[in-house]
Formats: sequence, structure tokens, C-alpha cells
Amino acid sequence: MKTKVNKSAYGYLFISPFFIAYTVMGLVPILYTLYLSFTKWDGFTDPVFVGLANYERLLHDTFFYQTIGNTLIIWIFSIVPQLILALLLALILNEKFIRGKHFFRAVFYFPHIITPITLGVMFALMFDWQTGTINKLLMNAGLIQDPVHWFNSPWWSRIIAASVICWQYFGFNLIVFIAGMQSIPTEVFEAAQVDGATKKQVALRITLPLLRPVFLFTLITSVIGGLQLFDAPLMLGDGPGNSGRTMIMYLYETAFKAFDYSYGGAIAYGIFVIIMFFTAITTRATRMLKE
Amino acid sequence: MKVQQIVVRGIIYLFLIAVAVTCLIPFYSMIITSTHTNTDIAQKLLLVPGDQLGENYKRLMASVNIWRGLANSVFVAVIATALDLYTASLVGYGFSKYNFRFKNGLFMVVLATMMVPGQLGIIGFYKLMDTFHMLDTYWPMILNGLSSAFGVFLIKQFADDSVPNELLESGRIDGYGELQIFHRIMLPLLSPALATYAIFCFIGKWNDFLTPMIVLFDNNKQTLPVMIASLRSQFTADFGAQYVGIVISVVPILVFFSAMSKRIISGVAAGAVKG
Repeated sequence: MKTKVNKSAYGYLFISPFFIAYTVMGLVPILYTLYLSFTKWDGFTDPVFVGLANYERLLHDTFFYQTIGNTLIIWIFSIVPQLILALLLALILNEKFIRGKHFFRAVFYFPHIITPITLGVMFALMFDWQTGTINKLLMNAGLIQDPVHWFNSPWWSRIIAASVICWQYFGFNLIVFIAGMQSIPTEVFEAAQVDGATKKQVALRITLPLLRPVFLFTLITSVIGGLQLFDAPLMLGDGPGNSGRTMIMYLYETAFKAFDYSYGGAIAYGIFVIIMFFTAITTRATRMLKE
Repeated sequence: MKVQQIVVRGIIYLFLIAVAVTCLIPFYSMIITSTHTNTDIAQKLLLVPGDQLGENYKRLMASVNIWRGLANSVFVAVIATALDLYTASLVGYGFSKYNFRFKNGLFMVVLATMMVPGQLGIIGFYKLMDTFHMLDTYWPMILNGLSSAFGVFLIKQFADDSVPNELLESGRIDGYGELQIFHRIMLPLLSPALATYAIFCFIGKWNDFLTPMIVLFDNNKQTLPVMIASLRSQFTADFGAQYVGIVISVVPILVFFSAMSKRIISGVAAGAVKG
């Protein structure tokens, strides 16, 4: 019995690094940000307490509302094709007759490990209206007469940002879906084969329903990640009339470019509330789907 | 029926190849474009390599030392990953192999931290680093990841499933201390899980942009993503130099991935199923 007591004390010792590190590097900054959001602080002088002034400003800040809309639009434009493409390709690559499975998986996954910043710069260069490859390609193919000024159009700016994200993440989701499909017991498929089910029936009636938990989990986690879009859109720029500016870009520009740290803190908490709100909605919606 | 099947398979293969080409062609175009003069980049559709790579590279290096950025990134990512793996193993092991009060509750707290958006505390983090006199050093990037809930979760799962308690007991009978048991028995057994987590962790640190961007001021200390981001503003009209910078940041990863793709993908798949 003595060893048991010993063991439990050691348990706390082993898990303590996480709690110490999270308190110092996670929790304290989060609470400190909350405190700063009630002050006026420019980074040089001492913070001055101003109460709810920053939050009042936030509630009337049309730029902030615009970034919420932009982020949601870019997120939806990237998540919908991304999940459809990943699911379709996962179903195909799960078929026995396909050759070179590993090659295709590797190629599809490759964009995911490239730094988002690099991808952002790459797409900005590709869609540059004077020197970009995309315009050259379209003009040589005779599809357009004059170069398209992509980043001068609010919708093209958003669509390009969304396509970078989609292009980068569909391969990752593909790997997740394939892993999910492979964890379905083979007996189920064998039973279906014995019953004479067609491939279409197997996909629609067995694979997809059994994959649903994985799919819903991906969707819910993508809300938290997707609403924090930052790196790649930052490289593509704000777009005309700030139409390509995401919430985190606004936070970054306010705090670290305009040095309005305290208002940045209020924006950070605004973003937090919005992300929690949409996560709750998605969780709610998927729960309803399950029933 | 037979003909129909061939047609269907042909279409499926065409689709797979089309998507694969879409994945690779931007990188091909980058490499090709980086070997041409700025005039050619502005005027022509470039499909074959040119001979201007050296010139573009010289102009790039004249104002941005991109290899220094690469070295800085490797340095930070390796140290941060090593420390992160070590603490995640300590914590994962503690949760897996010891019994103590509030264990489940504390583990729920660990998982709950995954739901908190990473950018929420960024301003307080900056101020805190300022207070610790850690601005313009690598400490913020290294210390930042020491509380990875995902790593703890992954390692706890692995230890639960694949490390028998008898092995640890036998260590106790041999008179090992608890830390010795962890170092001599546990860590070697955890290596498959550590290999999986190391991939996630390294990619995450390698891609980190916001933290180095705000805490580092000295250009020579910057990591690769920040240097790449600065290309846009430093070489506004010099597209050749920008393309070379992108190529330098992509090619090492391309080589690394070609060599390790099987491992990386099975690691990602294993991590995804656990998560």
C-alpha cells in the first residue's frame, strides 16, 4: 500500500510541467490580454484604466463587422469544396483496383506541409495581374483578351484566399478520411459483398454513414481553425475596400502595426466570442443531424 | 459491361491525375519562373527553364540572407520540438501510469485547452515576454509549445494501449527511481508515438509565423517564414528575386517529403485516428 501513496505523489510531479507551462505561457497571457483590453496602452507608456471603452468602440466598429463577414465567406468557400473533394478522393483511393495509391496520397498531401506564408506569396505572384502565370495561361489559351486584375475585385480576392486554403488542406482531410475508412471493420464490407451490394450502395449505405463521426469531428475542428485564418490571406493583402481582410489580420494590424495594443485585446476577445458562438452552432447542428 | 467499366476507371484515373497536376503545377511554375529575367517574367508564359537563376539569386542574397533564415528556422524548430516531445512524454506518462485524485478532471482540463483559440492571448503574451526581457530572443518560440494538449493526448493513448504496467513494476523491483523508470524504460518504449508526434510538432514550429514576427526585431534572427513574408515588400518590382526566395523555401521541404512521405503520411493518419 505504501507504494500506492508514493505513486500518486509522483503522478502530480509528472503532469506538473503541462500545468506550469500552460499557466505561464497560456493562461497568464490570456488574462493579461483581458486586463489590457480595459486599458489604453500603446506599448511605450504605462496602461491607463479606461473601463469598457474599448468594447464600446468594438461594438460600433464597422471594420470589425466587415472582417467577420470576410472570414466567414472565405471559410465557407474553402471548407465546402475542400470536404467534398477530400471525401470523393478518399472513396476513390479506398477502392482496391486503384494503382499508385501511395503516390496519389503523397502528392495530394504535399501542399499541406508547405508553410502557409510561402503559399500566400506564391499565389499572390501567380495571380499578379501583370506578371502572374494565371493571366498568361488564360490569355494564351484565348479565354480572355486582357489581363484580369484579380486583386482589384472583392470577390476574386476572397475566392483566391479560399482556394489557397482549400488547396492546402484537402490533402490533410483526405488522409484523415482514409484513416477513418480503414478503421471500419472489414467484415462489414464482406457481408455487403455476400449480399450482392453494388459499389455505389456500399459507398452510400455503409462507408459514408460509418464515416460520419470522423466527418463531423473534422467539420467542428475546422471552425476553430478556419475562423483564425491569417498567414496566407495576409500575404494576399487586404483586397479592395478591405474585402479580403480576416479577423486575425485586423487584430494583428491594430495591435502590432498601429500599436493600439489595448484595442487589439478587445478585438481578440471579440474574436473569441465569435469563434465560440460558431463552434456551438456547428456542434448543435451536427448533433441534430445525428438524430 | 466490360467496356463501361474501362471507361469509368479511365475517367477516375483522369480525375486523380488532374488533381495531382493541380497540386504540383504551382511549384513547377515557381521553379521555372525563378530562372528567367524580370522582363521575360512580365511578358511571356514561361514553360521551360531559363538561365537567369544565378542572377536572380545574387540580387536576392544582396539584401536578404535567406540561408540564415533557413538555419534559424531549423535551430528553433529542432530545439522546440525536442523540448516539446520530452514534456509531452512526461505528462502523458503521468496521466497514463499513475493513479491520483482528480486525474480525470485534470485530464479534461488538458483537453479543454485545445478548444481555446491560439491568438486569444497574443497581446498579453507579447507584454509578458517584454516583462521577462525575452523579446528579440528565441525563448518565446521555444517555450510556447511546452503545453501541447495534443501531444499529451497522443502519448497517453499510446502508453495506455501498448506499454504493459508489468514492465514498470519490474523496474521498481530492480530498485529504479520513478524518474529512472521513465528515462530507461518508458521513453524507449514510447518512440513510435514520439516519432508520430515529432512530425506534427516540427511542421507546426516550422510554419509558425505570428510569434517570430512580433517578438523578433533583428533581421538576422528572423525565421524563414518571416523572411519570405518580407520579400513582397522588399522586392516590389523584382519578381525574379521573389521567385528564387520561394523556391529556396520550398525545395528543402520537397526533398525531405519525397524521402519521408510514407512515414509522414502514416504518422498523420495515426495521429488523426487517435485525435
